[in-house]
Amino acid sequence: MTGAQEVAPRSPTLDVDALLDDREVRVVVCTGAGGVGKTTTAAALALRAAERGRAVVVLTIDPARRLAQSLGLTELDNDPRPVEGVEGTGSLAAMMLDMKRTFDEFVEANADTERAATILANPFYQSLSSSFAGTQEYMAMEKLGQLRRRAGAEWDLIVVDTPPSRSALDFLDAPRRLGSFLDGRFIRLLAAPAKAGGRAYLRVISAGFGVFTSVLSKLLGAQVLTDVQTFVGSVDTLFGGFRERAEETYAMLQAPDTRFVVVAAPERDALREASYFVERLEADAMPLAGLVLNRVATTDAPDLDAATALAAATRLEAVGRPPVTAALLRIHADRVATLHRQRRLADRFTSAHRAVEVAVVPALARDVVDLEDLRAVGRHLATRD
Amino acid sequence: MPTERAADWPHVRLHVVTGKGGTGKTTVAAALALALATGGRRVLLLEVEGRQGLAQLFDVPPLPYEERRLAVAPGGGEVFGLAIDPEEALLEYLEMFYNLRRAGSALKRMGAIDFATTIAPGVRDVLLTGKAKEAVRRKRDGAHSYDAVVMDAPPTGRIARFLNVNTEVAGLARTGPIRSQADAVMEVIGSRLTAVHLVTLLEEMPVQETADGVRELRAAGLPVGGVVVNQVRAPLLSPAAQGRARKRQLDAETITHDLAKAGVLTGAGTLAGRPHIPAAEVVAALVEEGADHAERVALEQSQRDDIALLERPTYELPFLPEGVDLGALYDLAERLRTQDMA
Repeated sequence: MTGAQEVAPRSPTLDVDALLDDREVRVVVCTGAGGVGKTTTAAALALRAAERGRAVVVLTIDPARRLAQSLGLTELDNDPRPVEGVEGTGSLAAMMLDMKRTFDEFVEANADTERAATILANPFYQSLSSSFAGTQEYMAMEKLGQLRRRAGAEWDLIVVDTPPSRSALDFLDAPRRLGSFLDGRFIRLLAAPAKAGGRAYLRVISAGFGVFTSVLSKLLGAQVLTDVQTFVGSVDTLFGGFRERAEETYAMLQAPDTRFVVVAAPERDALREASYFVERLEADAMPLAGLVLNRVATTDAPDLDAATALAAATRLEAVGRPPVTAALLRIHADRVATLHRQRRLADRFTSAHRAVEVAVVPALARDVVDLEDLRAVGRHLATRD
Repeated sequence: MPTERAADWPHVRLHVVTGKGGTGKTTVAAALALALATGGRRVLLLEVEGRQGLAQLFDVPPLPYEERRLAVAPGGGEVFGLAIDPEEALLEYLEMFYNLRRAGSALKRMGAIDFATTIAPGVRDVLLTGKAKEAVRRKRDGAHSYDAVVMDAPPTGRIARFLNVNTEVAGLARTGPIRSQADAVMEVIGSRLTAVHLVTLLEEMPVQETADGVRELRAAGLPVGGVVVNQVRAPLLSPAAQGRARKRQLDAETITHDLAKAGVLTGAGTLAGRPHIPAAEVVAALVEEGADHAERVALEQSQRDDIALLERPTYELPFLPEGVDLGALYDLAERLRTQDMA
């Protein structure tokens, strides 16, 4: 049998059960490009860990509807809920990130009632908390931080899914980008034009800044600038700057109890993203557990090659046999061809990252929709052949 | 001479192509542009997300903020490409309305333009859609400069918000250039000059997002176009065999007999050229793979049924195992034409 592991024959195998059983590991972050099965992988890892005896919470970002239902995530309450139907002595809780609510709660927890109300009602805050690029990543990190602070009593392992962005690196970079923006010089200039320090700084770039504010007012209307000013004025004194906050959460990802699992599909773009991410983790001293390769083609008849199968199919069709066997041969040929293409793509990754451990999940004929399906994915993840 | 045919979108001059990430919306947008250009038309293909996906697809150097010819279509048509850069578009406006080109350049160097489009994301969208509107309306010697404009738009999850610029800037300027620009954009995007096409795969998540996207577009009063089902695999089994294959009820004896006849198996009951592999193992593997295939086809059929509920014209494009190159784009364009999308 050519198991899925054959797609990366030279790579060391990721020992998923050892990772999940390691009590020193308290956070597993699943990351990768959009559309590679991150959410499913995170949920399958979490369920397997729970059924191996750990108290687990899984933070999902955007699960498919039926999977969400099977995890009991029928309403967005932004707080973990126990998952029914978990076997064994461990436990599993699941939640789906509500980014706006996380932001609101963060404001409410850090400001007195009156000030919080002012911030929540601010139009700039409302657009920031619901539609800004990077807010979802920032809030995923914030939620992870909150779950971490509650860990110990309620759970001993947190499994995190990451937002579905084009680039996997967004999860690491977007919060800091947003933090720098909110803490940046323009916003400070806008917020504090009347302060002495502000004026002094302003004089340096005064010509440009005068034009800038006047153009902004014309384009956006003066109200937008006022909203931004009010917003920055009210948050600045509260939590010591967004940049600092973003740096703190970033540092949290370098903690020794955290492991990254990079998820990819055997496709060019997904593997390129995985490659970038692995290199970045190395550069930033963030511990990589390994690569999960989803949707890998497999065959039970590896010795029947594609060309032979196709030639045989043509021969059978030529002599007018009923079409079933020819069709099976064509299905097999497609599969073997796909497997070879995937192996070539995976080779590029594995030869550049020889030490990275790999776990593979075969392409499944059906969608993953319930706990039984998640268990099956978990078994594939843990198979070492 | 452009050939007149009865295609499905005769009044449409702006084709907006959206889709969940990974469904191939850029490929479909490019194929649609080629299809529309076929027979001698001029078509502009717009990129709005700064990814240079069009350049990669057409195998040309990165596109500047300038219309460049990307390809010629059968029958003398031409496809032009433009990567819209919101900063450049904003500078254009500053120049047009305030004669502020030089100050604008200075602001750009300071990062101020980026800042402005960040604090008010609606402005960025107005600039991008405004450029599309301008291309649709542009005339040369009394005739439209482009017969059609195709936009490789943001993904399905953001498309309604992106196109519905009126609502987006409602909280911002109530008067002024951005406001009037938004109004002018809606005159095109909210009219029958525009169709928003959605690209999907026959998988649960993309189909679900397509349905959500159609609902959001309708709620926003935006014109929903067709659904393009991408990467379709042809079912290889007949409908009758499909059901039996799924239940693993195919007749192993017949298969064994056929495989021997075709020279795949030997008379000694082994795989030809591999005497250590028993025939039964090969047959069992093929039956298993057939069951998988049948299962997948059945799942795809149920997704097709969900798509049919949307009651939109639907077009299918095949899965290309070797990936998409320029030659494949022409092939996909031809398939869209034979299905009357263009």
